[in-house]
Amino acid sequence: MPAQESTMRLHLSGIRKEYPGCLANDDIELLVNAGETHALLGENGAGKSTLMKIIYGVIKPDAGKIVWQGEAIQMNGPAHARQLGIGMVFQHFSLFETLTVAENIALSLPADESRDMEALSERIREISTHYGMALDPDRHVHTLSVGAQQRVEIVRCLLQDIKLLILDEPTSVLTPQEVRELFRTLKTLAAEGCSILFISHKLDEVTELCNAATVLRNGRVTGRCNPQEVSSEDLARMMVGEDTPLNQNYQKAEGGETALSLNNLSFTPEDPFGVTLNNLNLKVKAGEILGIAGVAGNGQDELCALLSGEETTSPESIELLGQNIGAMSPDQRRRLGFAFVPEERLGRGAVPNMSLVENTLLSSSHRDLKANGWINYRKVREFARDIIEKYNVKCANEYAQAKSLSGGNLQKFIIGREIEQQPKLLVCSHPTWGVDIGAAILIRHALIQLRDEGAAIIVVSEDIDELYQISDRIGAICDGQLSPVKPTQDVGIETLGQWMAGQFGHDSANPSSLESAHA
Amino acid sequence: MDIDLITNILFATFKTGTPLILIALGEMVCEKSGVLNLGQEGMLLVGAVVGFIAASVTGNYFLATFCAIFAGMGMAFLFGYLSITLASNQVATGLALTIFGGGLSAFLGTNYIGIGLEGIQVWSVPLLSDIPVIGKVLFQHDPLVYLTLALFALVFWVFRSTRLGLKIRAVGENPEAANAIGINVQQIRFMAVLFGGAMTGLAGAYLSLVYTPMWSDGMSAGRGWIALSLVVFASWKAERILLGAYLFGFASILHLVLQGTRFEVPPNIMAMLPYAATIIVLVWLSSDAIKTKMSAPKSIGQPYRPLA
Repeated sequence: MPAQESTMRLHLSGIRKEYPGCLANDDIELLVNAGETHALLGENGAGKSTLMKIIYGVIKPDAGKIVWQGEAIQMNGPAHARQLGIGMVFQHFSLFETLTVAENIALSLPADESRDMEALSERIREISTHYGMALDPDRHVHTLSVGAQQRVEIVRCLLQDIKLLILDEPTSVLTPQEVRELFRTLKTLAAEGCSILFISHKLDEVTELCNAATVLRNGRVTGRCNPQEVSSEDLARMMVGEDTPLNQNYQKAEGGETALSLNNLSFTPEDPFGVTLNNLNLKVKAGEILGIAGVAGNGQDELCALLSGEETTSPESIELLGQNIGAMSPDQRRRLGFAFVPEERLGRGAVPNMSLVENTLLSSSHRDLKANGWINYRKVREFARDIIEKYNVKCANEYAQAKSLSGGNLQKFIIGREIEQQPKLLVCSHPTWGVDIGAAILIRHALIQLRDEGAAIIVVSEDIDELYQISDRIGAICDGQLSPVKPTQDVGIETLGQWMAGQFGHDSANPSSLESAHA
Repeated sequence: MDIDLITNILFATFKTGTPLILIALGEMVCEKSGVLNLGQEGMLLVGAVVGFIAASVTGNYFLATFCAIFAGMGMAFLFGYLSITLASNQVATGLALTIFGGGLSAFLGTNYIGIGLEGIQVWSVPLLSDIPVIGKVLFQHDPLVYLTLALFALVFWVFRSTRLGLKIRAVGENPEAANAIGINVQQIRFMAVLFGGAMTGLAGAYLSLVYTPMWSDGMSAGRGWIALSLVVFASWKAERILLGAYLFGFASILHLVLQGTRFEVPPNIMAMLPYAATIIVLVWLSSDAIKTKMSAPKSIGQPYRPLA
């Protein structure tokens, strides 16, 4: 089939990669044509990342054939892949924060192209303007926003003669506006004949951008389609299998008494790269979920640390159920009915090398699990088993080490551990980040149930769809300042995007009028 | 104080600072690539004893200096093989290297204790060395003092404006990312460790062939450790290492000189002077937390293994 060969850019067949105890890729076939924007869909642990790393040469497959532009090849590492014209933008950026943009890019180019830094800076400006991505080559990377850092990664790929660009969940760190800009860039690229491999589990994005898709589940290909021609429902079905319920709409709640209030909370972190919080005021009612949107690194970490008690402040600036708790330790706050799900699962939410039983004890030490200074391990074990069963945590048993669980399963366990303490206030940071659809549904459902039982819940997240789905009121944090907080149905995506970008002064009077003007 | 005394103090400052600069520059390159080598003291002693033995046997100081350099690199190779190739714990391996080097040098040098050598001779720069004061202070040294300044310039230039310098910094900041853009992390780190060994070996030769041309057990007298802390206090900047080392040299000479004068300061307090002065100045220089954080290698001490 010579005609087909000519448009075929990358063809993988029979790819297999096995890790101890886990078959990550099994007999995978993937075909990407020239100029095609191809989506690789799948839940966490479906094998997407492994497959990407095989294409980019970071890991070697146990078996299988890679055909690049009609020629069978052996991939010898990332340098080889880049020589062939394959570029990759990782989910966790592979940038060097202490170097400038130009230096970062120079490092990934052949030596003779990076000798003249002046000329290189000029090329960077040219290319970034051409594709509509503003970049200053002389800035240090650590001063850039996450969106700008991603642009550096993309421009770095574009400087070489690129034929295939791989993007690993590129939109998970961007504001809606930045996502639109990124898509514009990608469409220009595709029109110029570059193939794009787009990894995601956000179906609407795939539908908007891609004209081919391969769906993975449990390391195997479970479907191929053109996302333009099938519905999101069908795509989701291919991803999660037959028996998982999909989208759910939850009733919005009004809430009752004020459970938590922040009174002029200000904070200057010791970390020079931290964000200073500026005069935050917020009230959270019992029986409501309050969502805080925002791009990472805008003060979420500092806010969560202050709420959890990892950082302390003046007593009266944080008030929980009428008590001034600003200066209390995490343990004291937990005794008052506070619970916390941090963003990092391993290291903060759970101790990696400890078993689930021991991890259960970590945040429940004030509960009825010990007597006369002795730990009652029988009770702890039962509690751990309850959580595992109720939250459908997949693990060997309750003595499995926390680090042996997949991200989604560990998250279910941690959320379960916190919710089962029946807190009066639960703070969740990125509750479903990197968690697959099935687990995310379970987690959201549990949060709603806790809310209906009368707890106040704060959800800090970058996943806007999720915030719209579960929050009763919504706000955003930008550069250490909080936007106004409004009932979710009154806040349009445009407004929220502006809030996330820090523009919340002028339109706070009447956001709904702004929405109707846009509509 | 007369002009001769000042001249002599400044002259001795250069001599005292030189071995510290060599060790600290080598360690800086090593740490910039993400490897913390605590074996300086051991490498230094082995370099010193091997250089001394070679000079005693052959009488050729040029050859002896090279032997010392290779001895330092040999020790560094051992460290690199363990801590980079086999990804062992860098701190433990470095400490073991120091203990091993101390023992090995004492063993090798048993028969050479108490022997005196002429040492490497002064090499005056023609014309320039005749300038009053400055000529004596700057241009009547042994070749290794000049070589050290040249090596400083080399390291400074590599980090300031070469691709190699960028690569070393990249590997030290984020080895995973460096690997992803096709930099051979293990290779860069190994080269940096070997460079550190060569520099420390050279410093050893300086001690046993120039500074005090003889061999005695433990003659490094903790210079490896001083250089190690100098790197940190200088926030991994070559120019600050140069400054700190000379400052340390100046203060240690000054305290010897002051003891001979009528100053009524307890000698123990005076003996603290070099350490205190160096630390105060360098801490003051690195008081800008952000800038210091920018130059500190982020992945230091963490072994890296590429994925299979």
